[in-house]
Amino acid sequence: MRAVRLSVVTAATAAAALAAVTGCSSKSDSTSDGAIKVTASDKSCEVSKTEFAAGHVQFAIENKGSKVTEVYLLFPDDRIVAERENIGPGLKQNLTAEVKAGSYEIACKPGMKGSGIRQKVTVTGGAQTPKRDPRLDAAVAAYRTYVQQQADDTLPKLKTFTDAIAAGDVEGAKKAYAPSRIGWERTEPVAESFGDIDPKTDTREDGLEKGQTWTGWHRLEKALWTDGRIGDEEKKLGVQLSTDIADWQKRVGTAEITPTSMANGAKELLDEVARNKITGEEERYSHTDLVDFKANVEGAQKAYELLKPVASKNDPALTAELDKQFAAIEAQLDKYRTDKNSYDFTSYDKVGESDRKQLSDGVNALGEPLSKLAAAVAK
Amino acid sequence: MSDSTDGGAGTQAAADGGATSSAPSRRSLLGWGGAGLALGAAAAGGAVAAVRSDGGDAVPAADTGAAVPFHGVHQAGIATAVQDRLHFAAFDVTTKDRAELVRLLKDWTAAAARMTAGQTVGEGAYGGLAEAPPDDTGEALGLKPSRLTLTIGFGPSLFAKGRFGLEGRRPEALVDIEKFPHDNLDPARSDGDLCIQACADDPQVAVHAIRNLARIAMGRAAVRWSQLGFGKTSSTTPEAQTPRNMMGFKDGTRNVSGTDTAALDQHVWVGAKDGSPWMTGGSYLVARRIRMHIEAWDRTGLQEQEDVFGRDKGEGAPVGKAKERDEPFLKAMKPDAHVRLAHPDSNAGATILRRGYSFTDGTDGLGRLDAGLFFLAYQRDVRKGFLPVQRSLARHDALNEYIQHVSSAIFAVPPGVRDKDDWWGRALFS
Repeated sequence: MRAVRLSVVTAATAAAALAAVTGCSSKSDSTSDGAIKVTASDKSCEVSKTEFAAGHVQFAIENKGSKVTEVYLLFPDDRIVAERENIGPGLKQNLTAEVKAGSYEIACKPGMKGSGIRQKVTVTGGAQTPKRDPRLDAAVAAYRTYVQQQADDTLPKLKTFTDAIAAGDVEGAKKAYAPSRIGWERTEPVAESFGDIDPKTDTREDGLEKGQTWTGWHRLEKALWTDGRIGDEEKKLGVQLSTDIADWQKRVGTAEITPTSMANGAKELLDEVARNKITGEEERYSHTDLVDFKANVEGAQKAYELLKPVASKNDPALTAELDKQFAAIEAQLDKYRTDKNSYDFTSYDKVGESDRKQLSDGVNALGEPLSKLAAAVAK
Repeated sequence: MSDSTDGGAGTQAAADGGATSSAPSRRSLLGWGGAGLALGAAAAGGAVAAVRSDGGDAVPAADTGAAVPFHGVHQAGIATAVQDRLHFAAFDVTTKDRAELVRLLKDWTAAAARMTAGQTVGEGAYGGLAEAPPDDTGEALGLKPSRLTLTIGFGPSLFAKGRFGLEGRRPEALVDIEKFPHDNLDPARSDGDLCIQACADDPQVAVHAIRNLARIAMGRAAVRWSQLGFGKTSSTTPEAQTPRNMMGFKDGTRNVSGTDTAALDQHVWVGAKDGSPWMTGGSYLVARRIRMHIEAWDRTGLQEQEDVFGRDKGEGAPVGKAKERDEPFLKAMKPDAHVRLAHPDSNAGATILRRGYSFTDGTDGLGRLDAGLFFLAYQRDVRKGFLPVQRSLARHDALNEYIQHVSSAIFAVPPGVRDKDDWWGRALFS
């Protein structure tokens, strides 16, 4: 949607992390002396040294298990410092990373699933990273898991959509369209932090820059609802959307997430609703705006719930208000679906002006206190 | 526009004694511009803190930047000197909780007291926590108080049964306004549970005030509609120049004067024996957005324009008279002339205090200027003020060919906030 809102810091960090993985791993082959051995099996993840000096750190990984595994070096909030995927049984791999002093975890993921078998490590020397609040680290780590989960869950739902596109099945694609977006909409601020993915997947027609080719969900939305047909061009776009979303799913773990960015991300999700969903601009062809609306609110609520233990200590009046307003907006949204477990919402073109006004008032009522959450967390 | 234009002007006649007798002394101030305003208002009981005393008529009132006292027996913004700009907003109360509504009124009162004094809301627009949005939105930083007044009103819907337990306290005078012939009211910008009238000499100051109050209200009350106004169309300081409306006619020649305490007590302020003790010292406000068919009006011959109003366009004198302020001879006017129909003599002495503003909201989709009068009238009892006058106008006024009422609202405007422990609506909710 927003064409390019590149978070420079995030992009730079992600790029640096990638460079650390790719650029340096070739060098590490020749200097495997002094490397830290990580021995993975199906049930264990042994690290030869749990304390080592900051700088260029090399890991010599060996998979002694029977499953394909992957090994991660993680910040305390689960952000990925470096990773090596697809290590088959019996294989050895090297991983090098530029690591600053601080606390980290090494995770082996046999079967490449779940949060892995964890081992705490300490990196010493150099400038110490500032003292961190473990409650907030836990909140960020849990949110990171949520974000990853949303991305993981999106792939099969997107596949249903793009398979229908590939088969030229207009009705099937229409049905699968909104569900394929829920995971993305729940975690949009994180998705948008990768400046290059959002413009390819979630740009609206009016958001295009001169010379930019229109790709992604909304381009297909228009084809399905306005033109009612799937041509070769659309089939190609479906394949591209799959590729772009898979890219997002792969990179989402490297996103820079902090307690305040979580709080502000929650606020941004509400801003998103206020800006594009209330007006019906976002899903102007399919009118599935209320599905996005619900997903945005859910994503904001997730971030809020994770930060609440800290926020409620610093500003109990604020969290009381937020609890109330989240409940109120949910109740309001529930009026537009008959089954509270489904995402079959009323088509937004059937929602009258006065009802839109009420929804808008509800969004403002939640968005205003939500804008104070970051301060309550940072206090 | 109806009574607003000139009708209300004449309306004053019945209680005119005081105003007319003191007129000569004030008349001498005519042409002094801001200085005249200041004197008039000061005489009103110090309502306006010293504006400018150097008498420079080249200095627009906005540059004087004075603060109007917020506390007093009556709310500022009714009888106090009319400022140049308006932002009027009507709100729907979204909370169902009476205690929250009371909390909102207290929060609003505190913010209003600060803003009218030229101060920022809360902890200001900068310098606070980096992660938090500032309390004040900041666009009025560095601007003077600009005579900002903030005036609150309570609409009939606030008193509805089952809402806040106020059904027994709805004043009889807070009537539901009937639909008049030719009304084309848009419900989306009519009515409201609450209203705030923000008047200031600087539009940015008025807009800032409404914006901040709306923000404070979020979750408790939401803006239902709002209207910007410029170029006051009537004045509570009759010694000052009579402003012209968008039709080019002088408007409000004989409005109730803000200094005429006898007329104010008789026609504007609610008395202790009027039936709703909590309203004593308050007033009733009728707000009407009156769209003018500007292009049609501009193609109308001068004679017809003057016949429609019953005054001449240059001087503003009533038909057959030489000066604007000459007593009108109604029978000399056409039977459907606006001034004749709106005059108190045609309406059993009905008198209102008008405080309307011109508005221009750009153009409509057809390229027509979306302009007119945002009519605001205060009175002690709407049943004896606005209603009889408008009934007469709606049926017969020649002006109806050139105007259309497109929104309507009525509010009970409570008395003033007495001191820093008092708050808007305390008498109603206590």
